[in-house]
Amino acid sequence: MTGFAIETAGLSKRFRAQMAVDGIDLAVPSGSVFGFLGPNGSGKTTTIRMLLGLVAASSGSARVLGTDMPRGVGSVLPRVGALVEGPAFLPFLSGAANLRRFDAADRSAGGRSRPARVADALDRVGLSHAADKKVHAYSLGMKQRLGLANALLVPRDLLVLDEPTNGLDPQGTREVRNLIRSLAGDGTTVFVSSHLLAEVEQICTHVGVMRAGRLVTQGTLDDFRSTGAVSVRLQTPDVADARAVLARLGLTVDAPAGTPARAGGPADATRLVTARLDATPPEAVVAALVAAGVRVRGFEAAHASLEQRFVELTGEGFDVVQ
Amino acid sequence: MRAERRGSTAALFGSELLTLFRRRRTVALLAALALIPVLIGVAIRLAGDAGSGRGPAFLDQITNNGLFVGVTAIIVAIPLFLPLTIGVVAGDTIAGEASHGTLRYLLIAPAGRLRLLAVKYLSAGVFCLAASLTVVVVGTLVGWALFPIGPVTLLSGSTVSVGEGLLRLLGIAAYVCVSLLGLSAIGLFLSTLTTVPVGAMAATAILAVVAQIIGALPQLDWLHPWLFSEHWLGFADLLRDPVQWASFADNALLQAGYILVFGALACGRFLTKDILS
Ligand SMILES: Nc1ncnc2c1ncn2[C@@H]1O[C@H](COP(=O)(O)OP(=O)(O)OP(=O)(O)O)[C@@H](O)[C@H]1O
Ligand SMILES: [Mg+2]
Repeated sequence: MTGFAIETAGLSKRFRAQMAVDGIDLAVPSGSVFGFLGPNGSGKTTTIRMLLGLVAASSGSARVLGTDMPRGVGSVLPRVGALVEGPAFLPFLSGAANLRRFDAADRSAGGRSRPARVADALDRVGLSHAADKKVHAYSLGMKQRLGLANALLVPRDLLVLDEPTNGLDPQGTREVRNLIRSLAGDGTTVFVSSHLLAEVEQICTHVGVMRAGRLVTQGTLDDFRSTGAVSVRLQTPDVADARAVLARLGLTVDAPAGTPARAGGPADATRLVTARLDATPPEAVVAALVAAGVRVRGFEAAHASLEQRFVELTGEGFDVVQ
Repeated sequence: MRAERRGSTAALFGSELLTLFRRRRTVALLAALALIPVLIGVAIRLAGDAGSGRGPAFLDQITNNGLFVGVTAIIVAIPLFLPLTIGVVAGDTIAGEASHGTLRYLLIAPAGRLRLLAVKYLSAGVFCLAASLTVVVVGTLVGWALFPIGPVTLLSGSTVSVGEGLLRLLGIAAYVCVSLLGLSAIGLFLSTLTTVPVGAMAATAILAVVAQIIGALPQLDWLHPWLFSEHWLGFADLLRDPVQWASFADNALLQAGYILVFGALACGRFLTKDILS
């Protein structure tokens, strides 16, 4: 074992003229919960398809659980549970029958324990009561849960989950979060693509960010956040004085926010002033503010939120890049 | 890693058969095939003999011997109805999974591409057997119910007992099943080309019709020995005394050729295909 559950080198996929994935070098440490982020169309699902041997790479290589893919499909995939681009089932079969079918396709899964494992997987995602219902009668979230159950049919070393909480209710989302935590606690590596940054912030130890087919950054979640600028949030009624002090200290002060942060007397209302702290220590800022007679009612120096970092890396534009 | 006995290809095959035959569409196809001998039997029972020489071969024999209902039904079903049902089942094998998105989950289970293709083809083959048996068995039962049953007069003029007659009927079912295996391989190949199952189904059925049209054109004589439909009606040789196995062997050889060629094409296509559905 190399210490990496997933490793790619220059992995690329070209669809006609377009590079959907453009030379990415992923390194997903064993035992990590790796958040794979990126705007729509940035190549996350295509990468996952290559990792699972569904799609051949145009160039580059990928190792999953220490084995080259797609050559190792037969030996590696039984140890990998996956949800790729949403769940998919035969609508005319029941949820349990669909799971039994996928399980029968796995040569390494024994037939005798199949009913028990299927029941267990359904139970873990809270679908026991709908086990015998035909899948065409399932709701979106129920299908999503069934897809997760399929990934959990046998104990896995690696879970690859493409937007696992898509369509889930708040309880379901929380359950998935807990499930991922408990699986990670048991040593399973989880590679999860998601658009819900709050989710990612709560469960991931590592993140990688895709933009237009390229991996623009990867590393631990803490590193990812701390490489971003630290900003200060100051609550004060003396906006003009505060801005002057901050500017004098060399901070980049943001344009004033229009409305008072908290209702008070019109002259005395507490307002929010934000600025980017570069090298200045926060305590020096507070000291300067107080010395200048600025009434500091609240002060916070914090790293940019994951969302801010994400937007910094992938751009403000709403339009799909490719 | 796991002490338990490992799952086998038989398990996947079993699961595939279960899925195929529990599906309402498959049952409907078989029911439609069963309707053919029922219609023939009831029509003759009500209207009586149409007089010899008109209608499908053996039709005029039915009032004398109900065992000919199955044979007549097979002759009626072979040009269109049987190929149509085979087209539906074989054309759906891979394309159907792709259209449901289940193909990617079967492959990451991992089913193994070659193994999945083999299992899919085998189940289509089982459907061929089920289809031809349905026509013959329902035909025999209908004949038994509606007409007198007796020793069978063969094409060569001699007569065999009811028991041997039934055996020969089973032989016909086997012959027809083998006849359809080549077409199934074509359907499997077409099914690997698309994610739209209806396209593969229609193309398979159309090819069956085209092959028979070519087979009817004397100008294309040179092509006839290579048509998968060339020996489709050759099962009459099983109704001679002694049985003429030569046509059975010719047919089996021809179908095996088609299985090899289109099986190889299907592998060539499917083993390297990007699964984007
Ligand atoms: N079958 C295909 N043929 C051609 N181009 C494709 C195909 N599938 C994906 N692409 C292209 O590849 C790029 C990456 O798509 P991909 O599905 O990997 O994005 P994604 O990051 O998963 O997006 P999302 O967040 O919307 O799921 C897109 O620009 C898309 O248009
Ligand atoms: Mg995607």
